[in-house]
Amino acid sequence: MVFSKKPLHFIVAILIAFLPLINFANTTVDSTQVKSGVAPQAAEETQTHAEPTDVKSKIKAFINHHVLDAHEFTFTEDEVTGKHYGFSLPIILLDNGLQIFSSSKFEHGEAVAESNGNFYKINHHDGKIYKTDASGTITEDEKTGFPTNVRPIDFSITKTVFSIIITAILMFLIFTGLAKSYSKNGGIASGVGRIFEPVVLYIRDEIAIPNIGEKHYKKYMSYLLTIFFFVLFLNIFGLMPFGINVTGNLTITFSLAILTFLITNLTANKNYWGHIFWMPGVPKVMRIVLAPIELLGVFIKPFSLMIRLYANIFAGHIVLMSIIGLMFIFKSWLGSSLSFGLSFVLSILEILVAFLQAYIFTMLSALYFGSAKEEHGHEEVHV
Amino acid sequence: MQIPQIVGAGLIVIGAGLGIGRIGGSAMDAIARQPEASGKIQTAMLIAAALIEGIGFAALFAS
Repeated sequence: MVFSKKPLHFIVAILIAFLPLINFANTTVDSTQVKSGVAPQAAEETQTHAEPTDVKSKIKAFINHHVLDAHEFTFTEDEVTGKHYGFSLPIILLDNGLQIFSSSKFEHGEAVAESNGNFYKINHHDGKIYKTDASGTITEDEKTGFPTNVRPIDFSITKTVFSIIITAILMFLIFTGLAKSYSKNGGIASGVGRIFEPVVLYIRDEIAIPNIGEKHYKKYMSYLLTIFFFVLFLNIFGLMPFGINVTGNLTITFSLAILTFLITNLTANKNYWGHIFWMPGVPKVMRIVLAPIELLGVFIKPFSLMIRLYANIFAGHIVLMSIIGLMFIFKSWLGSSLSFGLSFVLSILEILVAFLQAYIFTMLSALYFGSAKEEHGHEEVHV
Repeated sequence: MQIPQIVGAGLIVIGAGLGIGRIGGSAMDAIARQPEASGKIQTAMLIAAALIEGIGFAALFAS
């Protein structure tokens, strides 16, 4: 028990400790139904597989809504009337000129949108926009099952793009504010950005300088700082209930890994390529054997960066959403409150994972930059 | 999810768990020997754990 001299702290601690027992799921009526009616319910579930009113398919739809990209923000959806609460994002297509219209014309993927005489429809299976005629026919190829309609070039602002823009504006405001506060306050930071000063110093002193070295670290600092805070903020945004999942998206992490790959290989000096193809300190026969493996490593290292970040964040989201969904499958007070507690603890673990993955991405990028700027005199050290 | 996929996933978890467990164990031994170096050891342990987890996740997604 938490006995504290301040009674307010004690009361707040007790309230939070008993929070899992307050859940508004249906009470004993439903729990007895679950126990006795298991067999007919199982049959019913297989029959109503296509309908979205089944709890398991609703949970799948909930997970998909959080994890997948969409052309509109949906905060909640009224089950009875089907009204969506949220806002639509603009759709920007390049198809005989620039077509810009709001995604509300698609009416959540059901209607055919019309813009300057062109008709577009979102395909249900892959969520992409295809050009159709007025009735919205999408002809599918028999062999592969993919639609054969023309796809316009899609520059739309989807949830992911919107989140990236918001994060960029947020980072810009925070860090320019922090930078300006130094001049106003005589060398000491002031304001909200103060919390980021030790983080920036940590990245410089513990990540950049040990890995890249004193001579060259300054050129890479801007990239390392940007990557760290970008990945960190996007990971944290993914944990909020708005359905923003940016770093759990393979294309986003692919772009970040490609940036590291390009910077490593374009700013590398001769020693870097020497270590890959003609490594010193190794017998000459071995060098011919090792060179293809090292060349493969050049591509696999950024690939592993991409996969690591994507898999950690994506798997975390899926597990968390599934456990939250588990709360609605158990309709008893014990199962739901245990699921709530588990999802709460898992969310805290996800915050740790968010920080750790941002740190690991930055650290490994610094390591690769360090190997790109390697100086002479290391060969005898490698045994 | 067929049986080979499930067996493969189990093997991957065993491998990743063993790897990270060994690293954690040697990190604890090192900290016990020299408590003042615990910051550096912790950092190195987290880096190694994240690398092993990266392989684990990549293999899980491929299975």
